[in-house]
Amino acid sequence: MPLPDNYLKYSHRKYGFDHDHFAWTPDTKRAPLQLKSGAKAAAFIVVPLEFFPLNPPAEPFKHPGAMKTPYPDLRHYTTRDYGNRIGVYRILKVLNEFGIKATFAVNAEIAKRYPPLVDAISNAGHEIAAHGVSTAHIHHEALSEQQETALISECRSIFPDATTWMSPARNESYRTPRIIAELGFKTLLDWEADQRPLPFKTESGNLTCLPLMHELSDFKLMVDNRQQADDWADQILEAAEFHIADHERSGAQCFGFTLTPYVVGQPFRIRALRRVIEGIARLDGLEVATAQQIPTMFKE
Amino acid sequence: MTHADPNLYDYWPYAGRPKIRWPGDKKLAFWIAPNIEYYEFQPPPNPKRQPWPRGNPDIQGYTQRAWGNTVGHWRLMELLDKYDMRGSISLSIGLVDHHPEIIEACAARKWEFFSHGIYNTRFSYGMTPEQERAVLEDSIRTVERATGERIRGYLAPALTHTESTLDLIAEHDFWYTCDLFQDDQPQPIKTKTGQLVSMPYSLEVNDVITYSVMGYTPEQYTDILKRHFDQLLEEGEESGTVMCIPLHAYLVSQPHRLRIFEEALKHISEHADDVWITTGQEIAKYFRENYWEQSIADIQTRGVTTGGTGFAPSR
Repeated sequence: MPLPDNYLKYSHRKYGFDHDHFAWTPDTKRAPLQLKSGAKAAAFIVVPLEFFPLNPPAEPFKHPGAMKTPYPDLRHYTTRDYGNRIGVYRILKVLNEFGIKATFAVNAEIAKRYPPLVDAISNAGHEIAAHGVSTAHIHHEALSEQQETALISECRSIFPDATTWMSPARNESYRTPRIIAELGFKTLLDWEADQRPLPFKTESGNLTCLPLMHELSDFKLMVDNRQQADDWADQILEAAEFHIADHERSGAQCFGFTLTPYVVGQPFRIRALRRVIEGIARLDGLEVATAQQIPTMFKE
Repeated sequence: MTHADPNLYDYWPYAGRPKIRWPGDKKLAFWIAPNIEYYEFQPPPNPKRQPWPRGNPDIQGYTQRAWGNTVGHWRLMELLDKYDMRGSISLSIGLVDHHPEIIEACAARKWEFFSHGIYNTRFSYGMTPEQERAVLEDSIRTVERATGERIRGYLAPALTHTESTLDLIAEHDFWYTCDLFQDDQPQPIKTKTGQLVSMPYSLEVNDVITYSVMGYTPEQYTDILKRHFDQLLEEGEESGTVMCIPLHAYLVSQPHRLRIFEEALKHISEHADDVWITTGQEIAKYFRENYWEQSIADIQTRGVTTGGTGFAPSR
């Protein structure tokens, strides 16, 4: 069957982006930003704490970390759970050693199941961000408004003080930003469309998006791309040094990266983790803060 | 009906656990688990998984494993002799009939045997409890007949399970399971009967994962093993940890890998003052006798107990 004639109609073909969430501001055509502290760049760390059920749904797609072998896939269930029981405590220890505060993006299911873990994070002064209900609750277009609002409301009731949101698998429907803004979230980690805090409009209020770099994801580099921990560490540190060097050209910029507990929390990766955290903690000109803090650190 | 959570163990935060000390005041219990497997030339189909990825017969897959049994294990046995390490063999029980010389050589070295199913081409998926019981009884009987020893450990064939697997091995007085990867210390498993320990085994430093799945070089694997060991030894100062190196001779005994792998064993044996080099069964026995109660008490105090048993939640 041939395609309909309107297949060659382009209703959003215009100057700028094909949506209204934010303006098109090419990097060299806008005023550089500066940090209030005088630092040259800012970095933030996101630690996802996820629940991977033994019986995940296949819709809209399987979460990248979901079960892989036939039920009951105890192998992947327990490998993921290792992160929440063991790996995350190694990450907490290294962060504490160098006085770094991170943003822990927590599934509502994890908060319900593992209260001592959430307490350990809060007591250490880290930020808790809402990260959806679980990896089995991916936001997508086939959900109704009511269904998606219920998912976000559940997170809101479990994390009443959270201001930062990251969707499971960083996937959204077209509605997601509007609903999270409605429910009082301010910072969104799903959109990495800029290298600076990005003002983001929704019909129910404004958000700020921060660039959590998928290309620096520990899961992507060390699991999908099978790189060694030291190669991962080199790339994080290079990104930090790049932004300091680039300050003269582009002003103060920011970037984020993930520490996935079941990936980087493995014993054989802790040496590289320590090198990353020590490296960014001691890097002159780099300010490391939580996702909640980053937007407030830039001068108007 | 399926379950979201296996409920096989309770949540137990790693930070602040009570101290474990291994015999001789050692900080790390180290064991090495050569998988001595038999893959059939003409395996029957299983509804959930093809025995061979290319279909029957898979000449490349079959002969590489035949090479492992003909050549690889013998090299590996001699290498472990050199470092005075006993293997804990993850055994395809059918191999006792196919290759008794391997069993004799391992038994003469006082290595431990545990069951890894009958063949690595017969999966647990779809088995009734009676069929799984038959596998366990065959395993116990066959090893006892060959060596006089009673097996106490289990690793499901090809890591395939049913909801009943762990209850059934506990019922048959197995002491430990290698099927779960949630921890670097042993932990009590919530079975209906028995006293079953979850024994840290490891996929992350298992040579199938590092060589075949991740495609690491021999040098990268050795580097990972040394780092893994160093970290777990350091943490063992606070409370004793367990490290296992699961191996497959068809991979690690390859001529381009074995001497480089040896560097990892050399590194570990250089720390013998702090390391209990032992078998899975000895770790399980020691944990059951000395730390079972302490662990349950700490989980109740600082962890999250949900009641019920595996795949049978209390709610």
